[in-house]
Amino acid sequence: MNWESWSDFFSMGGYGVYVWGSYFMTVVCIAGEIILILKRRRTLHKHLGLIHESTEKEITNETTS
Amino acid sequence: MAINWFKYSSPASFYSLAGKMVPIFFIAAIIFLVAGLYIGFFVAPTDFQQGEAYRIIFIHVPAAWMSMFLYLVMAFWAGIGLAFNTRLSSMVATAIAPTGAMFTFLALWTGSLWGKPMWGTWWVWDARLTSELILLFLYIGFMSLQAAIDDPRRADKAGAILALVGVINIPIIYFSVQWWNTLHQGASVSLTQSPTMATTMLMGMLIMALASWMYSIAMTLMRTRVIILERESHTAWVSELYQKEATR
Repeated sequence: MNWESWSDFFSMGGYGVYVWGSYFMTVVCIAGEIILILKRRRTLHKHLGLIHESTEKEITNETTS
Repeated sequence: MAINWFKYSSPASFYSLAGKMVPIFFIAAIIFLVAGLYIGFFVAPTDFQQGEAYRIIFIHVPAAWMSMFLYLVMAFWAGIGLAFNTRLSSMVATAIAPTGAMFTFLALWTGSLWGKPMWGTWWVWDARLTSELILLFLYIGFMSLQAAIDDPRRADKAGAILALVGVINIPIIYFSVQWWNTLHQGASVSLTQSPTMATTMLMGMLIMALASWMYSIAMTLMRTRVIILERESHTAWVSELYQKEATR
């Protein structure tokens, strides 16, 4: 085991800022990328749902009238 | 039985296949990530020269590898799309670019945070760092160029040419540490020489590389699916897909 305590783990032998700064930015980027894709998909689904819903209605309107 | 290899080159069937594959690659990425981080922080010993600062390597090297590798994959699919006029290949290329740019940024960011305590500077304009920065600009250029052109197929073609010309930068990045006198150390892993680092360090790094690989595939597939829907929104199969979802 490399670490004697949690504070030992977080200090990273005095390089804590550099090591955790690297890992922190990686987490931010990965989370950001996933959120951006999900948001883009949600907006698209909403948009497409509206389009196809309305065409469906038009079709049913045409057949009923 | 003959396998129809072209079945999945149609966006409609690729869409459903990719949907099934995303969770698999995502779970694989998480498993490799947990294993890699465990080895990286709890098994791999302290470096005798760099102390604990070297633990940045578990992000830095996989990110740098992915930044170059994803560029080659992106240029390959963009080129295929350009040569054979296959829509799906171009969409995959477009989907790879943001993930590649993210890894390039992370390679630069972590390199900077590693350079400060080890070299005493955040940044130097040497061959390795500069060519990696150019790689980031190539990714950004590819994305901006495609975003600036309204017609998707024309955007694909223009992007493909930019991506293919930019491939010249990849060997420059890779060999920069040999060709020029640079502050950056040589390759960490080479096919011709035995690795110079402890086995557990190497294992941690390789497993983290596998994790980023799986992650990149998952993200690319997810983004490709969104792009397919965006571009095919007017088609019958998308309309069918929505009716199926609406009735469910």
